[in-house]
Amino acid sequence: MSRRYLPLLTGLAALVLAGTACAPEETSTAEAPASCAKEDLNLETAGKLTVATDKPAFEPWFSGDDPSNGKGFESAVTYAVAEEMGFAENEVAWTVQPFDSAYAPGPKKFDFDVNQISVTPERAKAVTFSDGYYTVRQAVVTLGDSEYAGATTMAALKDASIAVQVGTTSLQAVKEQIDPGEQPKVFNTQIDAVNALKNEQVDLLVVDLPTAFYVTAAQIDGAKIVGQLPHRNGDTEHFGLLLERGNPLVSCLNEAIGALKSSGELQRLEDKWLAAEGDAPLLK
Amino acid sequence: MKTSTEDGAPRDGAPWVKSERQLERERRRRRAGVRSASLATVSSLLFVAVVAGVVVSSPGWPRVHDTFFDWGEFTGALPDVLRGFWLNVQIFLIAEPLILLLGLLVALARGLRNPLFFPLRALAIAYTDVFRGIPTILLVYLVGFGLPALQLQGVPDSPAVLGGFALVLSYGAYVAEVFRAGIDSVHPSQRAAARSLGLSRAQALRFVVLPQAVRRVVPPLLNDFASLQKDTALVAVLGPLEALRQAQIHSAETFDYTPYLAAAVLFVALTVPLARFTDHLAARAERRRAPGGGT
Repeated sequence: MSRRYLPLLTGLAALVLAGTACAPEETSTAEAPASCAKEDLNLETAGKLTVATDKPAFEPWFSGDDPSNGKGFESAVTYAVAEEMGFAENEVAWTVQPFDSAYAPGPKKFDFDVNQISVTPERAKAVTFSDGYYTVRQAVVTLGDSEYAGATTMAALKDASIAVQVGTTSLQAVKEQIDPGEQPKVFNTQIDAVNALKNEQVDLLVVDLPTAFYVTAAQIDGAKIVGQLPHRNGDTEHFGLLLERGNPLVSCLNEAIGALKSSGELQRLEDKWLAAEGDAPLLK
Repeated sequence: MKTSTEDGAPRDGAPWVKSERQLERERRRRRAGVRSASLATVSSLLFVAVVAGVVVSSPGWPRVHDTFFDWGEFTGALPDVLRGFWLNVQIFLIAEPLILLLGLLVALARGLRNPLFFPLRALAIAYTDVFRGIPTILLVYLVGFGLPALQLQGVPDSPAVLGGFALVLSYGAYVAEVFRAGIDSVHPSQRAAARSLGLSRAQALRFVVLPQAVRRVVPPLLNDFASLQKDTALVAVLGPLEALRQAQIHSAETFDYTPYLAAAVLFVALTVPLARFTDHLAARAERRRAPGGGT
């Protein structure tokens, strides 16, 4: 062994050592909690419920881009779930989590993420979802003076150019149900998609129904809801809380959501924060 | 039988052959070449093996494997991503000639010496300063959402066209600087010689300076071209379904990141050959500049 290769070998040895040294301890897959009492839960921060959502947080799910004020449907639901589990209001900590990275593998910096995430079987392979806390429909929005404003069937929308937000089930709904001749335009954020309709770059906007009500009420003057899309192949679509895959906390969350459902509290929050569905006809 | 003296000088009348010493020299060179090649191979293999070993033995590997290297997901997303990628290709193929033209015009405008042309020169300087300073993605946003909002007649509403236009504006500024550097690098004596042969200023520029300048800056231009190919992905923010956007859609449907990898593979497959070609051109230029270099 000549002295010349010493640095090389040293480097290699260091690499191997580094590789083995910085391998983290195997995190034991957490056991199901003994009970759903606050003390027994394996939480991100002991004694606190750490909840994530995206920023900006949109109306009508949140209010004033501040999830911690208890206003807006998802904020209210979160505090209701927390209360059901025995957490006081000041024991709920909010953190920002962009949607794109909410499903990244590896440890999460939140106990659960609440961000209008639709539960689908494909997604459920990568993360763990709680039971649904809201059944959602997709709705079509257009400008009041648009040729599509009076459409009553999905077939009448075939020639329209359509805006959706990336990563949403709205896109799947558009592809499968309207199947437009022109490819839908897919925007980074809901704001971009709304602006595209405002600037008349597209004819239609497809979003979930509560958002559609908010868009027509507050974001675009003279916009109107053309109608709701029927559920895909008869399945209902619902929003669920997103957890790290295999996080046993889900059973306690489901318990809380179940209790809120049976007591009628969830329906009350829905009536309070989300507009009634009366004035959005179902498209055929 | 020896046909040459010890130092390789041929004897009278005998044909020239390589001396023992020269043959030994060549053998030694060959041996050294083989040795260094095999050492490089062994060292590379060892390095790859160690890195792969460390990655695969890490505790999170199965999860990463599922989320980033899912073959089924890859093949499922590839057709859509490939279709989107075709849009990227169209964007840069159309944008590149426009960029070269705009860059050249701006570079020439900056070189105007006549005081009458001062406004044009000032405009060219302002253009390069501003558009090199704006992050490309912001420019794509501003052009893509700002122009249609003006509600002018004749403004295209296709997001791919608007995005391509934004890229032309951004890259035109970079390329203008590249051309200007090329023009400035041509020795003043060339211009003087051309003028003394009776060529007008414009002719000297057209027949003497520009050909040399452009040839010198081909490698940096190709470098900018490779960069443009990647930046076509920025047009995604305006809503057309190009490769990155298709990957994002697939990723959100299944909560799996593999489609991004498919898009990355396509971009790499396109830019790597171009990078090698750039290296080849640079090496050729180097050879030509070397003493005794031909053309």
